[in-house]
Amino acid sequence: MSQDFDAIVIGGGHNSLTAVAYLAKAGMKVAVFEQRGLLGGAASTEELFPGFRFNTGLSDAGLLLPDVIDDLGLTAHGLDWLEAPALAFAPLGAEKSLTLWQDLGRTTEELGQHSKSDAQVFARYTQQNAAFGALLQEMAKLAPPSLQYKPLPLLLAWAKVAIRARRLGGRRMMEFMRVLPMGAARYLDEWFESVALKGLLGAVSVSGLLQGPRAAGTAFMLLYQQMGSTGGYMAMKTAQGGVGAVSAALASAAGSYGAEIHTGVRVAHILSENGKALGVELVDGSQVLAKVVLSGAEVRHTLVDLVGASKLAPSVMRRLRALKLRGSTASVHLALSGLPKFSTSDNDNERLTGDIVICPSLDYAEQAYDDAKYGRFSARPILIARIPSLLDSTLAPDGEHTLSITLRYAPYHLRGSDWGNEKERLGDLAVKVLSEHAPGLKKLIKQRKVITPLDYERDYGLTEGSMMHGQMSLDQLVMMRPVPGFVGYRTPIEGLYINGAGAHPGGGVTGAPGRNAARQVLKEI
Amino acid sequence: MPIGSPFHSRTDALCRTQEWREWSGYFAAISYQVSHEVEYYSVRNAAGLLDVSPLFKYEITGSDAGQLVDRIMTRNIGKCQVGQVVYSPWCDERGKVIDDGTIARLGETRFRVTAADPNLRWFQDCSSGLDAQVRDVSVEVAALALQGPNARNILKQIFTKIDLDRLPYYHAIEAKLGINRLEISRTGYTGDLGYELWIGADNAEALWDRVMEAGQGFGLQPLGLAALDMLRVEAGLLLIDVDYTSAQHARIPSQYSSPIEIGLGWAVDLAHRDFIGAEALRAEKQRGSLRKFVGLEVSWEALDELFDEVDLPPQVAGRASRMPVPLYAGGKQIGQATSMLFSPILKKYIALATVEAAHSQVGGRVEMEITVEYERKRAEARVAKLPFFDPKRKKALAHS
Amino acid sequence: MARAGKKVLVLEKRPVLGGATVSEEVYPGFRYSVFSYVVSLLRPEIIRDLQLPKHGLTILPLESTLTPLPDGDYLYRDSDKWATYRNIQRFSARDADAYGEYGRDMYFMAKAVKYILGIRPPDPTSLHPGELLRLAKLGKHFLGLGADKLHMLVKLMTMSSAEFLEEWFESDPLIATLSSSGIIGTFLGPRSPGSAYVLLHHYMGEIDGVFRAWGFAKGGTGGISEAIASSARAFGAEMRTDSGVAEVAIRNGQVKGVVLENGAEIDADIVVSSLDPKLTFLTLLNPEELPNELVDSVRGFDTYGSSGKVNLALDAAPDLACLPGLGPHLRGAISISPNVDYLERAYDQAKYGQFSEKPYIDVVLPSMIDPHMAPPGKHVMSCFVQYAPYQLNEGTWPEQREAFGDAVVNTLSEYIPNLKKIILHRQVLSPWDIEQTIGLSGGNIFQGELSLSQLFFLRPAPGYADYRTPIRGYYQCGSATHPGGGITGAPGRLAALEILKDGKL
Ligand SMILES: Cc1cc2nc3c(=O)[nH]c(=O)nc-3n(C[C@H](O)[C@H](O)[C@H](O)COP(=O)(O)OP(=O)(O)OC[C@H]3O[C@@H](n4cnc5c(N)ncnc54)[C@H](O)[C@@H]3O)c2cc1C
Ligand SMILES: Cc1cc2nc3c(=O)[nH]c(=O)nc-3n(C[C@H](O)[C@H](O)[C@H](O)COP(=O)(O)OP(=O)(O)OC[C@H]3O[C@@H](n4cnc5c(N)ncnc54)[C@H](O)[C@@H]3O)c2cc1C
Repeated sequence: MSQDFDAIVIGGGHNSLTAVAYLAKAGMKVAVFEQRGLLGGAASTEELFPGFRFNTGLSDAGLLLPDVIDDLGLTAHGLDWLEAPALAFAPLGAEKSLTLWQDLGRTTEELGQHSKSDAQVFARYTQQNAAFGALLQEMAKLAPPSLQYKPLPLLLAWAKVAIRARRLGGRRMMEFMRVLPMGAARYLDEWFESVALKGLLGAVSVSGLLQGPRAAGTAFMLLYQQMGSTGGYMAMKTAQGGVGAVSAALASAAGSYGAEIHTGVRVAHILSENGKALGVELVDGSQVLAKVVLSGAEVRHTLVDLVGASKLAPSVMRRLRALKLRGSTASVHLALSGLPKFSTSDNDNERLTGDIVICPSLDYAEQAYDDAKYGRFSARPILIARIPSLLDSTLAPDGEHTLSITLRYAPYHLRGSDWGNEKERLGDLAVKVLSEHAPGLKKLIKQRKVITPLDYERDYGLTEGSMMHGQMSLDQLVMMRPVPGFVGYRTPIEGLYINGAGAHPGGGVTGAPGRNAARQVLKEI
Repeated sequence: MPIGSPFHSRTDALCRTQEWREWSGYFAAISYQVSHEVEYYSVRNAAGLLDVSPLFKYEITGSDAGQLVDRIMTRNIGKCQVGQVVYSPWCDERGKVIDDGTIARLGETRFRVTAADPNLRWFQDCSSGLDAQVRDVSVEVAALALQGPNARNILKQIFTKIDLDRLPYYHAIEAKLGINRLEISRTGYTGDLGYELWIGADNAEALWDRVMEAGQGFGLQPLGLAALDMLRVEAGLLLIDVDYTSAQHARIPSQYSSPIEIGLGWAVDLAHRDFIGAEALRAEKQRGSLRKFVGLEVSWEALDELFDEVDLPPQVAGRASRMPVPLYAGGKQIGQATSMLFSPILKKYIALATVEAAHSQVGGRVEMEITVEYERKRAEARVAKLPFFDPKRKKALAHS
Repeated sequence: MARAGKKVLVLEKRPVLGGATVSEEVYPGFRYSVFSYVVSLLRPEIIRDLQLPKHGLTILPLESTLTPLPDGDYLYRDSDKWATYRNIQRFSARDADAYGEYGRDMYFMAKAVKYILGIRPPDPTSLHPGELLRLAKLGKHFLGLGADKLHMLVKLMTMSSAEFLEEWFESDPLIATLSSSGIIGTFLGPRSPGSAYVLLHHYMGEIDGVFRAWGFAKGGTGGISEAIASSARAFGAEMRTDSGVAEVAIRNGQVKGVVLENGAEIDADIVVSSLDPKLTFLTLLNPEELPNELVDSVRGFDTYGSSGKVNLALDAAPDLACLPGLGPHLRGAISISPNVDYLERAYDQAKYGQFSEKPYIDVVLPSMIDPHMAPPGKHVMSCFVQYAPYQLNEGTWPEQREAFGDAVVNTLSEYIPNLKKIILHRQVLSPWDIEQTIGLSGGNIFQGELSLSQLFFLRPAPGYADYRTPIRGYYQCGSATHPGGGITGAPGRLAALEILKDGKL
């Protein structure tokens, strides 16, 4: 059978584009098909309203592997970073606030107003997290070994990481093993006393999880979000032009190596015969054949919908059904006629250049989760907002602004209602909660768009609205990811690989699954 | 505590010995009369009636029902016509037997599968992606096995409107008892001419009564499990968790069996098929199986001699024995016999056994462990062709 | 240790031996298993080595679990496989099917971890050849399980009990009741990750070779302690009750003996503490004698208690609304766990510092199986309760104790209508009471949470999981050491083996 391509890649998320670029760079003839009109997937920048460009999913690229930037020369392809002095700002009501800065000294100084002891240990905390985060980043670059997959070079690479861990010192290494499976709440309690600080730091520990910050394993997420960073909050990098610029640069790099990039083309089926992938069929019925197929789409969608459940063994189906997607994040995007004034921010806009976090305490976050547990969205949700236009004037008309709010918890499965009914109520709630700290906000709103987990599923291809393509709880990491028994980015369908966030190391704009999967493919063919 | 099957009021009244065994949670008569041999002979010479309601029964429907059954079974179900019944084992993905049973195609998209163990979860899990529904009808469907040379004539007394004479072996036909529908399949577990009757549990007692009444002039006897066990050994039919371990119960690798290893290679249809376990079985076919399922005939002379030494007549199981015993060849153990019986009709001591493939040729010699007055001895046995007993009437159409 | 010929003295603060494994006649004629109430985890090798049957140990089987439901229905499971099958089938035919396979797979898991119960944890950071060898052995054991079992084990180590069970089952009463083993004694809800490990912990027990079998000790759980004590005495050990230890005496980094609360000093080369690490290190010793990192670890060691116990003396047998009258169900456990949300809501309240008004309750009636526990026709009822958080938001435990007892009795009365009428005596124990009486810091029944960060080589503190301490001659042997809490005897045995090994050097 004649093959049209060496490799076909499904989905135009940043991980797919990373894979495409690596494959094309290695000389393969590659095509990528993205169902949406634009690239970027869960990390896209879109003009929702004329003149207003929004990051409709994740807005930050802090986790992007330096290796990816260097290997693919993304800077040359237009990727540029903006300086944001603030990491995160937490308005606390009654004119109080807490800001974490890029500059550690400034953070400590500010912390001193809340707690002397917290200010004292904060530097040590960031050091420890940076060390642990660096280790996690090393692990993120390797395929997970498993009983069914343990080639010697891979084992040696992991042994190197182990040696690196050992070099932290016995005590630190033990601490690493002790901390990962902990609840973020407990980890933070061990370090700090300020309720506000713990709430602020803990907000990101539940990213993509339908779990509260007390849940075992959320300390891992806290550290994962800090891979490759030193600030103690979250790896933060703002791309010029919005986070979509990452995908644009990746696409440009891939294109320069000869890859074909198609948008607005949905893959309807993955063609397979006798358990071997042959290519894809597009929605218009045309078939495109290739030696290998990679999918950056969510793994259950890839196998159950695209390959077809009846082609999968019952044990594989059991595992795919057991995959906990657990989408529970929504977002609200506001086109603003001016910059909102936070009652606490002393008008110094510098504080607003990072995340604006509404999570006044760990109990607040835990209670927000309690609602979601019973199939309701949080009455008092965790909000993480950004005003990207503050740093980047290309995103909104002069003097006007874009504000995007990520809201937790908004469970995909609602009990006794549906997202059709709840969608705008959720938008109202987000605005109301934020307005408590920025009283004039409502008046500034020109347009609003709410994206629920159901919308993320329908419009962004995130099954059950799962932004990490499967929640990153302890039971779904490393060799258990994307599902137990899938090893080396492979699937039970020969020649079909997973290169998206569903595979190790997981979600976020890291490029790691894309890079690792591409390297695996190159090794195997 | 077991409970009664839909026939319990009848079987309980007849079971003079009150000897019961638990069968999948139901009371099942071991032997209705003091001598189970009466029941045994009734099947070989006249007819016996057995309550098989404790079998698990699943109804599979939906436009892809055929595809699902074909995906599960090692037999090619695509070839099974409406009105036909097939026997097949089914396997897990590693090609190890989970269970075995009969599959009746009751309609284009309607099947009934019988199983020894619960299989609902497995069948359902195999159905992903298919338009096929699996329903557990074990409780709502009662079943009787009417077995023996007179079985057909008895049924003809009751069901005058259907042509039982021309119902071929492993086929089924619909019938009516008054206003109630039932299915009659020409199947059974005795290796003799026989039928199984499938009816709604509410009408079970009426059916029993009619059959017993019709059977009066034909030597019909209620049949218990003790006699059944003898009949099925003679017929070379294996029993789950006696002659092999279900993949769902196995705990160590050696306990798993492939269908080929348990003598069901004939029921594995690998050509152009992709049923669950096919890949592993293809590989096994290429590699060759390590074990084989065989029949054994133990040398009577050898038995005689062993018992003679202690001045006793040969003592062999009057009932089928399920106490597994080791088999030897050349001084080392090469397998085990799992069901043993002195066959009253063949007058032979026979056994069902699993042996290393090298020792499975018909006529080959092995030694079977025999306990003589608390001492372990070995008696010679020869590998025999299965089934031990295979009358023509089992499959033949009636002479018209 | 006595069996190995050592001269051993046991010093117990209370007037009775047994600690959390004790039977006491709190109300005349009625013997309560005051704290722990059922046994499964007691290591068979201990029973054999110490000849416990000869010293009076008899374990009577506990065969059934009844889950009464608010609508008057119930789920009943016992050792009758098919009756249980039919009972589950009423809720879900699929679950009835799955139940057997689940049982088999959990047997595999119990077998897989059995190995760990019998070894002292290696130090994964050590480069010592001996430790590397231990680590390699451990790795080999786990890799030898094969992929499927290893994955299942990882799930058990990391997931929540309810979510783990939801991979198998769909009916709420079954999932809830099975998942409740995952919340016993721990400050986790059935949906909290980590509770699946606690579930596994409850499956590791073995009675006569049968995994996950639970039973009653004749005479109450105190019968176990008495048998062990009797065996020890027979080997020459001496026991002194009413002898609280105030301080462990050390000289030049070496243990010298103990000082009792009454001021008496007793010399010994070896002192072993079965108390939790807070008492072992911070109270009995002067923390300044210890490395900072150990002190930090011990301070951070989570001993937050969340369980309560209500013991009742009853004038007659309880009468259940769903199954009136006497019956085999009264000889088993009665589990108030109608659905997962019920348990989770109970946890929600506790998370923010309130006891659960509608708690999870595990009820057993020891007198139904061992008639000696109560006067003829009368009964003792043991109610183990989640959740009773150690720290209350409002009030103190002495103030709230009886309100908590009322919540338990009220909840039970919904299922046992005659209960209030037949109560002769009620003993309510909060975590605070548990701490006060038997000295478990925080009242945690396992001497410290069984969370992943407090298990194996991290239990009770990184670097001190080998039963030793920085003080020469001073050892730990309580539930806060590997393999953790429950009536297992395992920490005591493993510690003794290490001590004897050191003695040889
Ligand atoms: C609101 C929000 C907030 C987030 N916040 C964080 C955070 O704080 N921290 C963090 O680490 N991560 C966060 N994330 C997650 C992060 O954005 C994602 O994990 C990451 O972008 C995934 O990238 P990907 O390339 O693997 O997959 P995706 O970006 O999901 O790309 C998959 C692509 O495949 C396409 N596709 C699917 N099916 C088909 C088909 N059949 N045919 C053709 N194309 C198809 C989709 O349209 C999509 O473009 C957030 C996500 C969202 C939505
Ligand atoms: C309410 C409750 C219910 C439980 N239910 C069960 C169950 O059903 N099944 C099960 O397997 N496990 C159960 N457990 C757990 C189990 O009982 C314990 O894990 C086990 O008894 C612990 O034994 P141990 O020897 O390590 O410690 P402990 O039993 O706590 O023994 C420590 C002893 O030290 C004494 N002591 C304290 N301080 C001093 C001092 N300064 N000087 C001298 N002596 C001192 C105490 O009085 C006590 O006797 C339960 C525990 C509790 C509290």
